[in-house]
Amino acid sequence: MSEEFKVEIINPEKSFLVKDDVSEVVVPAFEGEMGILKDHISIISFLKPGIIKILSKSGDENYYVEDGIVEFKNNNLSILTSTIFNLADLDKSKQQDLLKEAEEEANKTDINDQSKYLADQKVEVLKTLN
Amino acid sequence: MASLDDLKKRIASVKSTQKITKAMKMVAAAKLRRAQESAEKGRPYSEKMNNVILNLSNGISDKENAPKLLSGTGQEKTHLCVVMTSDRGLCGGFNSNIIKKAKSYFAKILDEGKELKIIIVGSKGNDQLKRVYGDKIIENISFKESKNANYFDADKVGKMVIEKFEAGEFDVCTIFYNQFKNVITQIPQAQQIIPLNNEGEESSSEESYEFEPDEDEILSNLLPKNISTQIFKAMLENSASEQGSRMSAMDNATRNAGEMVDKLTIEYNRSRQAAITKELIEIISGAESL
Repeated sequence: MSEEFKVEIINPEKSFLVKDDVSEVVVPAFEGEMGILKDHISIISFLKPGIIKILSKSGDENYYVEDGIVEFKNNNLSILTSTIFNLADLDKSKQQDLLKEAEEEANKTDINDQSKYLADQKVEVLKTLN
Repeated sequence: MASLDDLKKRIASVKSTQKITKAMKMVAAAKLRRAQESAEKGRPYSEKMNNVILNLSNGISDKENAPKLLSGTGQEKTHLCVVMTSDRGLCGGFNSNIIKKAKSYFAKILDEGKELKIIIVGSKGNDQLKRVYGDKIIENISFKESKNANYFDADKVGKMVIEKFEAGEFDVCTIFYNQFKNVITQIPQAQQIIPLNNEGEESSSEESYEFEPDEDEILSNLLPKNISTQIFKAMLENSASEQGSRMSAMDNATRNAGEMVDKLTIEYNRSRQAAITKELIEIISGAESL
């Protein structure tokens, strides 16, 4: 029996990625990293800034996301996100830009706790990438 | 009758106008393809988003304490209307159709004695509305610099709407845009986005989800995003509609110019012939009198 399921990443402009030979996906859910395997229970959760790891037969892929929603249902995993980058395509200068932006946001004083937390997360994740 | 020279000039000018409208039609056709493509590509996102929210709002346990973006403020006193129009003209009835739809809605609201606030996206709408509803317009945004509709712009509008909602500036929010059906048909739409109107839509599956964290928290995170998504969808539909409408308008203009050239050419030939005949008669009668 195959242990594979389908994953689809959608951003507002287009369908970003569709893969149907995925064995495991690790998403940075709001309350901690979450690994999803085949026949997981239907779940809806949202993402914090972090790395999505997609493990499949045709090779592993890593993506950096800033926000989003995941929905898993009938062995279909949909990830809706507005900001996503393939780590393989993300070069150093782009990374630095993102980091700078995130740091600026994190240093703002007039934001609420939650956006502060998210901005801190962003900085942390981007730092570990370097 | 106009002189031969005048006719010649008019034919030349109509011909050059025809060239312009023809070129505009071509450009609109090329842009339409792109806009239509991105509208189609953008659809899965908003559909999925709607689906998730539908599932969530069905699963929500405590309807009383649901987020305000979903259930509304409990009153309907102040209406905010976001009217989405184009930045460029020469696109047929595109803008007027939206404005007409919006105006009839405005009139209804004002008749009911409710308060009205307007946000206009696109400069053409502002031109048409500022005379009558100038004092009701609170914002006017234009994305002239952006070539295509992008999510970043939509998010800006969405954030502004939410900010105003949280500040208690309005109770109900409706967006106006043209839905793209095909090149000749665009349907002006009024869509209520706050509070979210899900009536009539029942979730197809009764499947229960696991939520992490709980429903309320996800919903309160998701709803603001949904506003931006809906606005983005409207922008995509709008840009496809704009190009479609421009294309058919320019097609008509090109055809009309062609007809005009034909008519003028006939008139030109007739008067040329008349002049020749007149000269001939003069010469012959002159010769005869000798």
